[in-house]
Amino acid sequence: MGLLSLIPLEGGGAEAELHGWPPGVDSFKAKPMWPGVLPDWFTNHILQAIIAAILIIAFWVWVTRNQKIVPGKKQAVGEMIYDLVRNSIARDIIGHDYHKYVPYLLAVFSFILVNNLFGEVFIFMFPTFSKIGFVYALALCSWLLYNLAGIKKHGFVGYLKLSTLPAGVPWPLWFLIIPLEFLSNIIVRPLTLALRLFANLFAGHLVVLVFVVGGTILLGSAEVFYKVAGGSAILFSFAIFALELLVSAIQAYIFTVLTAQYVSSAIAQEH
Amino acid sequence: MLLEIDLGPLLPELPEFLVGLVLFGVLWFVMARTVVPMFEKTYTARTAAIQGGIEKAESAQKEAAAALEEYKAQLATAREEAARIREEAKSQGSSIVTDMRQQAQEESARLLASAKSQIDAERTQAVQQLRTEVGGLATSLAGRIVGESLDDDARAQRTVDRFIADLEAQSTSTGKA
Repeated sequence: MGLLSLIPLEGGGAEAELHGWPPGVDSFKAKPMWPGVLPDWFTNHILQAIIAAILIIAFWVWVTRNQKIVPGKKQAVGEMIYDLVRNSIARDIIGHDYHKYVPYLLAVFSFILVNNLFGEVFIFMFPTFSKIGFVYALALCSWLLYNLAGIKKHGFVGYLKLSTLPAGVPWPLWFLIIPLEFLSNIIVRPLTLALRLFANLFAGHLVVLVFVVGGTILLGSAEVFYKVAGGSAILFSFAIFALELLVSAIQAYIFTVLTAQYVSSAIAQEH
Repeated sequence: MLLEIDLGPLLPELPEFLVGLVLFGVLWFVMARTVVPMFEKTYTARTAAIQGGIEKAESAQKEAAAALEEYKAQLATAREEAARIREEAKSQGSSIVTDMRQQAQEESARLLASAKSQIDAERTQAVQQLRTEVGGLATSLAGRIVGESLDDDARAQRTVDRFIADLEAQSTSTGKA
């Protein structure tokens, strides 16, 4: 406590507040891009989401142009990513009829991956999906996708029965099982999808801020010990960045896999 | 109650939510309309190409096997024919040799016979001639010795003939002895 009280943690002077210290919810506040000219809702976060979408479309259009039966380098890379979604996720999880869902899964995967990587790209340095509005939008889409797929396949009643009542449950347990299954399959799934993605990126960005901003402040202080601590914090932030790269890719993959998993269970014949 | 809870960072901002929906919708649309169909088209073409290649290779293999079979059959017939021809030639050759030998024998026999007959005829002719000449000579010699001509005398001629016939009989008996 004696040492900690020396470090400017809370309300540590005007210089610390200038750097946005301590990192917190306020670090995720968006700034309007061009107040007065563009509407205020057009913030830097919305702009970077739009840039991500444009980049993704440009990439896929570029990759799919002039495709050959024997792929070149560019096409081979594109096919590798496409096959990850098409074969490893869609085909292996959904199985029969997976073709319909490949565009959705590919869109989800690329959208999340690129926006997550923006957290480590020096122009943006902010993972778009640490703003939960975007994440709710994606989760809503996935929720609609798997529920509508199930309803289309089994009919409304049939789908409800399939997703709330596992086969072979004796009827006295129905009163317990049906609400539980409804809760877990219809209500909780989209929330966990959204919160998992959001929380990973939010926390990851927060950690990055702690190391980078805190390290910078410490480096700027007069004490030699603080300088050393700040320097090591900044060095360590590279390891955190590497970890965040991994988390970005994993979260994009998990969201896609879980969406495919939900679709698969919704259109399954029996549990 | 729910509205009173401070959701903090979990509270979505509506513009972000709507922009997220729109952007994702656009992405989905682009993927479904162009990107995925392009990939699938390439994959279908690739599968077709690979399958076509396999079929082509299979048919080529079949063709090669058929050609080999045909070649083998041809070779077998050719061998058979060669053997047959050789056999034929052998038998033909031996028959030719036999024929030729027979022909030569016949020819030599014929030549021998004709030579013999010619010799016989010539001998007979020579004997005839000799007999006439010897008769004439002997007659003229005897006439010279006797001093008169015996030429036209038929008796003298008969005497000469008888003499020669005696001579001949004598020589045949001595030849036999």
